[in-house]
Amino acid sequence: MSASTPTSTDFGTMETQFRAKRAAGRKLLVPYVTGGLEGWQQAIRAAADNGADAIEIGLPFSDPVMDGPVIQEASQRALDAGININIIFDQVRELDVEIPLAVMCYYNTIHHAGHERFAHLLDAAGIVAAIVPDLPLEESGPWCTAADAEGIETVMLAAPTAPDERLPRIAARARGFVYSVGLLGVTGERTSLAASATSLAGRLKAITDVPVLVGVGVSNAEQAREACLIADGVIQGASVVKRLMDHGPEAVGDYVAEVRAAITF
Amino acid sequence: MSIMAEPSAEGRFGEFGGRYVPETLVPACQELEAAFREAWSDPTFVTELDDLLRDYAGRPSILTECHNLGAQLGIRLLLKREDLNHTGSHKINNVLGQALLAKRMGKTRLVAETGAGQHGVASATAAALMGMSCKVYMGAVDVERQALNVFRMKLLGSEVEAVQSGSRTLKDAVNEAMRDWVANVGETHYCLGSVMGPHPYPWMVREFHRVVGKEAFAQCNALLDGPPDVVVACVGGGSNAIGIFSGFVDTTARLIGVEPAGGAAVGRGVPGVVHGMRSYLMQDEYGQVQEAQSISAGLDYPGVGPEHSYLSSIGRAEYPAVTDAEVIEAFKMMARSEGIIPALESAHALAWIVREAPTMQGQVVLMNLSGRGDKDVEQMMEILG
Repeated sequence: MSASTPTSTDFGTMETQFRAKRAAGRKLLVPYVTGGLEGWQQAIRAAADNGADAIEIGLPFSDPVMDGPVIQEASQRALDAGININIIFDQVRELDVEIPLAVMCYYNTIHHAGHERFAHLLDAAGIVAAIVPDLPLEESGPWCTAADAEGIETVMLAAPTAPDERLPRIAARARGFVYSVGLLGVTGERTSLAASATSLAGRLKAITDVPVLVGVGVSNAEQAREACLIADGVIQGASVVKRLMDHGPEAVGDYVAEVRAAITF
Repeated sequence: MSIMAEPSAEGRFGEFGGRYVPETLVPACQELEAAFREAWSDPTFVTELDDLLRDYAGRPSILTECHNLGAQLGIRLLLKREDLNHTGSHKINNVLGQALLAKRMGKTRLVAETGAGQHGVASATAAALMGMSCKVYMGAVDVERQALNVFRMKLLGSEVEAVQSGSRTLKDAVNEAMRDWVANVGETHYCLGSVMGPHPYPWMVREFHRVVGKEAFAQCNALLDGPPDVVVACVGGGSNAIGIFSGFVDTTARLIGVEPAGGAAVGRGVPGVVHGMRSYLMQDEYGQVQEAQSISAGLDYPGVGPEHSYLSSIGRAEYPAVTDAEVIEAFKMMARSEGIIPALESAHALAWIVREAPTMQGQVVLMNLSGRGDKDVEQMMEILG
């Protein structure tokens, strides 16, 4: 597995944009939307129109071990409606948004499709990055090789449990950004931001210049602001998906605007 | 070197196994691997576990020859009696090992998944014995059909959570136990109940069940001229089968792992990755994991331990499937002919033996009777009317 840090000319679409925006003083905001959930395309457009810098599209999976009740339910609803990756990728092509699109998918989806084929499917759909929460560094080789060859940026996750020596290796393999896991636990809303969120983001910022975004357990605009005091940006998952399920796409746009305002310092 | 040697440094048996877990759990798996490796080579730990297996679990388990069934089927049928262990199945071997290890690692809490409830009961038992707290995740469907074991776990002081997500059976209980582990990884040990999951579990759980094969090998040697012709066990995740196979894998004996027709991971699956491992997995054309359907909650699992996938891929073990109807017949047959009520899981092994007996006339067949059927009596009462 290659662990070399790319030179500036090698940065992919998403990382190039993120670095430029960070240099301009902007905090990065990445809402997560479950692909195939009712109203998901409108929700993505609404997010893009209200200050999102990229979108993370969740590919529904039968066994989402890193997800809490909200995203589990969203995945199940989409699967029950007969959604699959072909339908999602077709609908992604219709989106017509300016910001980069990433997928969040469990590894079996990739493994089953085949590494090269999946990377090609993403590229053909106009998706530039992938986040694979059950594919740790040690197992990431075959996928990263295929993704690199197709120009797909593989975002690596770092967790609060990682010893210091592990973080530089994760950062070196990360493309696009490093996903700094905010707490010990699965996705979902919490009443307060865990101390581990800012502490891990700080540890990562100290060892890498790859953008560091905090996700998992960043539950509202106030917590996003708190995380962005240290991190380069945030991912908003369950809080976005819950609004989409309960109130529809417009509520997602309103919420993204609210978070954007909160992280504009 | 034995065919069932230590897996590679990456935890692979051939192309199966590995460690596909969320980043949060990588250090925990590494720590567990190091702790197990260290403990397993420490005579103090091994002796402590051996003492517990003897004085608490009741090992060694006996070998029973089924003269009546054997005569009926035209074979010589031997049963390794794991049903006679404390808590009623082979599960206690692994659980005592893991609980002892967890305690040595300074963990104060166990989480476990369970299908039929046997592993949950064993975990609750070990937790009670060693003064640890314990939470067991069980699919809501299984909570329904195994009410007796649910009460047993509560009686032993464990918390039982009915899992409502997905297919609400064993695979979803594993997901929920992993989510709990992700959230509480500092003080909690995930006491996984089969030879599955991320490295080091498939290897570690096999080592804790090796005692079954070791005893059976010695017992067969005392009784026969050589190894049996055939060794048969049921396979869900595959822990009881791995245990007994380990004693005979380097002999000439045929190894048969019997899967339920509705959960035939090796028979009908293709390689996939779920629950931390790469192994055969029942999945649809998009890689969504399919729901297993079996009369026995303990075998209702769409995957299988990676070492079984390996043994199948190199042709060392065979993995046929039997239907629920065949299992019910075998269950009744063992009760009437031998006065032994088997667990529905174990009855799968007998169902295959009954079906294949005409092709094995005069042969010696060793079957792992992995558990007793007390827990299944209520369910069978409904089925048989």
